[in-house]
Amino acid sequence: MTAPDSTILIDDVPVPFKPGETILQAAMEAGVFIPHLCYHPELGAHGSCRVCTVMVNGRNASACTMKAAPGQEIEVDTPDLHAYRRTLVQMLFVEGNHFCPSCEKSGNCQLQALGYEYEMMTPHFVEFYPHRPVDASHPDVLLELNRCIQCELCVRASRDVDGKSVFALAGRGMGSHLIVNSPTGKLGDTNFAVTDRAAHVCPVGAILVKRVGFAVPIGERRYDVEPISEEATRCEVEEAK
Amino acid sequence: MSANSDVVGRTIERRKADPTQLLQILREVQEELDWLSPETRWDVAARLGIHATQVESIVQFYSFLYDRPRGRYRILFSDNITDRMLGNVGLFEHMLKRLKLKRGEVSTDGAVSVDLTSCTGMCDQGPALLVNNRPVTRMTARRVDEICDLVRGGVPLSEWPADYFRVEDNIRRADGLLGARYEPGSALQAAIALGRQGMLDEMKRSNLRGRGGAGFTTSVKWESCRNAPGAERFVVCNADEGEPGTFKDRVLLASFAERVFEGMAIAGFAVGAGRGLVYLRGEYRHLLEPLEAKLEAMRKKRFLGASICGAQGFDFDIEIHLGAGAYICGEESALIESLEGKPGKPRIRPPFPVTVGYLGKPTVVDNVETLAEATVVALEGGRAFAGQGTRRSTGSKILSVSGDCARPGLYEYPFGVRIDQVLEDCGAGDVAAVQVSGPSGVLLTPDEFRRHIAFEDVPTAGAFMVFGKDRDVFEVARNFAHFFAHESCGFCTPCRVGTTLVRDALDKIADGRGSRYEINELMRLSELLRRTSHCGLGQTAGNSIRDTWLKFRPAYERRLIRGDFDPAVDLEAALARAREISGRDDAGAHIDTHEGAEA
Repeated sequence: MTAPDSTILIDDVPVPFKPGETILQAAMEAGVFIPHLCYHPELGAHGSCRVCTVMVNGRNASACTMKAAPGQEIEVDTPDLHAYRRTLVQMLFVEGNHFCPSCEKSGNCQLQALGYEYEMMTPHFVEFYPHRPVDASHPDVLLELNRCIQCELCVRASRDVDGKSVFALAGRGMGSHLIVNSPTGKLGDTNFAVTDRAAHVCPVGAILVKRVGFAVPIGERRYDVEPISEEATRCEVEEAK
Repeated sequence: MSANSDVVGRTIERRKADPTQLLQILREVQEELDWLSPETRWDVAARLGIHATQVESIVQFYSFLYDRPRGRYRILFSDNITDRMLGNVGLFEHMLKRLKLKRGEVSTDGAVSVDLTSCTGMCDQGPALLVNNRPVTRMTARRVDEICDLVRGGVPLSEWPADYFRVEDNIRRADGLLGARYEPGSALQAAIALGRQGMLDEMKRSNLRGRGGAGFTTSVKWESCRNAPGAERFVVCNADEGEPGTFKDRVLLASFAERVFEGMAIAGFAVGAGRGLVYLRGEYRHLLEPLEAKLEAMRKKRFLGASICGAQGFDFDIEIHLGAGAYICGEESALIESLEGKPGKPRIRPPFPVTVGYLGKPTVVDNVETLAEATVVALEGGRAFAGQGTRRSTGSKILSVSGDCARPGLYEYPFGVRIDQVLEDCGAGDVAAVQVSGPSGVLLTPDEFRRHIAFEDVPTAGAFMVFGKDRDVFEVARNFAHFFAHESCGFCTPCRVGTTLVRDALDKIADGRGSRYEINELMRLSELLRRTSHCGLGQTAGNSIRDTWLKFRPAYERRLIRGDFDPAVDLEAALARAREISGRDDAGAHIDTHEGAEA
């Protein structure tokens, strides 16, 4: 049983929360999907991608950073919010160079999956076509910066889990970009290892393990068989059990 | 090489090898070496025992830190709209031509580079520029020629005419703060007489609200900080006056610094903080030595240090940190990140700085003017202070007036002054619009000039830019859009990408290729920025687009093409490279553009 003072309303449905939980955590545990790219259960709130933007008592907020509190009435599934999320996803697409058909991550990519989820038919904006060199210097891991969406999951995993701080964001505004901790600026000259947690948290195809390409055929991958809204909540609920 | 290493070693020693001083260390090293070479950057990281990425992120974040040579003379023209109105673009181009340079390029002899920068806070005496972070005001074509000669002759800055560097206060109207006679130390004595709780009670009675724009009640902030758990507390003075069109904090720090510092000490007294930090914007580098000298003089008089004015247990001292060219650091949590030696990216709030601030400890962050006003509260009492201004906006407000008026400068009024009163006082006739509180503020037209400067009507951080009837308001909006795209920290998606998309759409319209489609896009992007951005920068970045479109529609419409849409990609221009490679320039090597098709 849940006392009313530990419940929030998400799209008119009561959802219980534990003290200290964010709206996103409470929602996912209850099987309510709120999209996210820069959030990962192991790494805590960050609040940069903004695709988890919801309405809380009439005001916009990011669900991954805002703590759940009694009396909150939250809107997640509305046409306005869907439109914002679609635009944010489109912004991430045009900001980098994303060619899904040639990407090993296709079908397992959260950005692509959110594109489908929010019925993104085109990138909409003029492509920026940034110049971002591929870094293949590491023996086991490929760094494909064309696909980086600057969620900083690798930055945080390397710093907080692996204790290495291999990655960081540098620059400002549209000049913001991922760098690695070596004198040459190459991943191969860092102490990065394929066993690092940071090698396995990228939501897109920017950090790829070498020599495991196309183990699962395209068409049969995670988000090919199940939309992200269902897959993510199912996994979260199963894990909670 | 080893000489460079000596500079790094000395600087790090002076800063006690403290990694939270990283920004100050890099800034000071660069002042001696002109730029931060890869070797220097690695040297700094190694000596501080930090990751090289920490140094890289910070060097690439701040506009005034250079990871490549920028010349011995680094000239940056201030590019606020008020500088534009005074002809800075012509002067900038004239200097580039005289020095045979392109924008941002370093001369072949490594002597000089010339570029643009965001507003340097000299709007009342522009066009202005910075040379190696020293301000030169009142630029003219003749002064450009003279500077070119000095640069070519390799004359050191210390030998340039002193008049170039003269910065005026231009106080045109003084009131409760700027106009009062002031006995140094008197506010401290008054606060000591009131006691810690008594001082806080007077602050409550005064209803003083923050002068940096948001208007949060200062006593609530102070009380929350005092009540927050923790043994150590801090008072931070936000002197990162980056909002284009604002320059009142520069004058307060140049001529009223004792009051600001005493206000900080009083805040420390009331909340139980022993250390104060001033975050001074990099554009005000010229104020550093005078301010350090003032601090030293105050210490000698026991207005700072241990047992201030003889009061047992009243210990407070102040240090100054310099910024390095980042508007976002005016946001209080970004400012704290920067104080800690990191890129200035806003934190997740809550928790607010009053509970988790500098080094994770309870911190009061107040604007320069707010802290100076605290001395008025201490001296005159909260009730007298609240008797000025309006019920909800007590006391006086300093406005930084610039643009199309006869007497630009500082105007201090009791809150509640009408816009048209300010316009009359500054000698502005035939006004089309006033931008209040800078690009993130509001654009007012003559039918709104009877409105009042007050938190409940037209709130402001201080900027008051006047645009005459012949000004092109579209160019105002475009200047602001370029500003936001340049100053976005890049942390969140909507602001990082959105401010650039807005800038590009306005450039397309300026280029005569925009249609109603771009207008719809601009409105949609403004709304997205407002609703989904992480901090106030992104949330307000679309304000001026909406205001100018709603109030000055013809300024846009006369630029729009009649068709529904024109592609952003200019096909004709895109073929230029192919023509160059193939050496062709015949009719078949060109595409009929829409102008061509109509002709």
